[in-house]
Amino acid sequence: MADAPQIPDEAETRARWGAFAWTAENAAKAKAVIARYPAGRQRSAVMPLLDLAQRQVGAETQTQGWLPVPVIEYVAAQLDMPFMRAYEVATFYTMYNLVPVGRYHVQVCGTTPCLLRGSDDVMAACKNRGMVKGKTTPDGLFTLTEVECMGTCTNAPMVQINDDNYEDLDYDSTVRILDALAAGEQPKAGTQLANRHTSEPDGGPTTLKDMVKANHDYRKEW
Amino acid sequence: MLADKDRIFTNLYGFQPWNLKSAQARGDWDNTKDLMKRGQDAIIEEIKASGLRGRGGAGFPTGLKWSFMPKEPRADRPSFLVINADESEPGSCKDREIIRHDPHKLIEGALIAGFAMRARAAYIYIRGEFIREAETLFAAVQEAYDAGLLGKNAAKSGYDFDVFVHRGAGAYICGEETAMIESLEGKKGQPRLKPPFPAGAGLYGCPTTVNNVESIAVVPTILRRGAPWFASFGRENNKGTKLFQISGHVNKPCVVEEGMGITFRELIDKHCGGIRGGWDNLLAVIPGGSSVPLVPAAEIMDAPMDFDGLKAVGSGLGTAAAIVMDKSTDVVQAISRISYFYKHESCGQCTPCREGTGWMWRVMERLRTGDADISEIDTLFDVTKQVEGHTICALGDAAAWPIQGLIKHFRPEIERRIRENGGALEAAE
Repeated sequence: MADAPQIPDEAETRARWGAFAWTAENAAKAKAVIARYPAGRQRSAVMPLLDLAQRQVGAETQTQGWLPVPVIEYVAAQLDMPFMRAYEVATFYTMYNLVPVGRYHVQVCGTTPCLLRGSDDVMAACKNRGMVKGKTTPDGLFTLTEVECMGTCTNAPMVQINDDNYEDLDYDSTVRILDALAAGEQPKAGTQLANRHTSEPDGGPTTLKDMVKANHDYRKEW
Repeated sequence: MLADKDRIFTNLYGFQPWNLKSAQARGDWDNTKDLMKRGQDAIIEEIKASGLRGRGGAGFPTGLKWSFMPKEPRADRPSFLVINADESEPGSCKDREIIRHDPHKLIEGALIAGFAMRARAAYIYIRGEFIREAETLFAAVQEAYDAGLLGKNAAKSGYDFDVFVHRGAGAYICGEETAMIESLEGKKGQPRLKPPFPAGAGLYGCPTTVNNVESIAVVPTILRRGAPWFASFGRENNKGTKLFQISGHVNKPCVVEEGMGITFRELIDKHCGGIRGGWDNLLAVIPGGSSVPLVPAAEIMDAPMDFDGLKAVGSGLGTAAAIVMDKSTDVVQAISRISYFYKHESCGQCTPCREGTGWMWRVMERLRTGDADISEIDTLFDVTKQVEGHTICALGDAAAWPIQGLIKHFRPEIERRIRENGGALEAAE
């Protein structure tokens, strides 16, 4: 449990977040989320609401966001479920941050398909920028995490930073992306290769070439 | 090679927009009402006749699975379709392409499949890390509602059907069908004991079928073109087309739709620009996502990529995600990293898996550096056998198989490391 999150001091957290409540916009979103599930099954909404809460905390703190205990309590109360059941969910799933994170949460995939394609170089680029796994940089800009397979294996190696994926990376392109983020710019998401669009073979597709230029309807050839 | 006209996912690479208008121009949502008019049993029979087997890894016949659902659902116990878009198996990245580039195939399939199994609604469970993909999916579902294709009298068929999107939050185990149901109910994703099977008591205790994204998204095209068309590809018991995902040491990794049973060599040469450094440089392949055992180069080269073809070489098709390793690979490290993955993703419910995955990873790490005794290889193998088959879900098996495959095929390599590290000498003394 050495790398288990160190839950921040409760008194401080409560002083800062004890009065947490949805913004008007998020209150409407929360209502729409709960409506997706059958009446009496509102507890199903705990995951989307925790995500929404984390995003609201993020917006208030200019970070990716995290889940202070009073915020989890707030969500649990709204769904009429015991706090512990909501806390269980928050601790079980990896995307809920139980401690504050930086402005950018740099999540480097290190699972085998990325490992084979050079995720060590991506990790090295992050470390050479002063990032330490599991920690936030002193300027509060970056938090580095090594994550498990992100499901973009044909575009390995990759990193997910907040809501965007950066794929087909190497050391230099990783440095470029981190530099751009640090400078307040928004780098191009997706593949970083010049001649690749998404998951087709680099340099152009071997199939469905008619689709590149036009929305081809293959039904005429059936 | 499969002809382009026979490919189901024509916008696989997203060169064209995913929106409803473009999807309709490609043939989606084309008179869906008529497809549904054939009747529920006729649709299920057609899917059975097509030979479609589940695309999520287990390969269970899709039509047969649907037929387990109650024919006359009770008003107080509606049936549900849950679509598994929790794509997290290392190597797999096909459902992501469907969702972000061809979401309407999935949504139309959800309506037809849901209708065929007499479900009230479908929940699409998409993994939390697919953030942009989920945004597309939410928008596509909204488009379908706005066009009257979902909701009351969906697509003017007279059938009421809802589709909801539910985002996960980072847990591989939620790809297991009962863990997914638990997660949808707002709990930790820990698999349930079976029986009861989901078709009897699933989501909210109601009859539920869980299908993979690809299994559902191919349904409308199969109905439009007929079961014999789909069954004309591939060998007996291994029919149809399939999205293959090739990652690792090939020149051009990619996702591509091909006929089942294409040989590994053809798949790589046609679409991936060959193995990095040529075919002589191939070491081994994990042909179906991290859960299946690896296959050494000589055996995989000309193996047909389908359920039976890969079973014959001691592995499996899984999600058809081939992880290719050339001779520069530290194969022990590659498998050890997979062991770490399973340690990280074990839900902690069953002791053999919770304790075993961590133990196996720690031993694998020592084997990687050679800091072990040769007898520990057998101990490790023995432990994998004690984990396998002794857990509620298949994650325990999935953690055991890659290690078993490594020991079976690369034992001399592991022994060499131990010997070079001096371990064998100590044992001899």
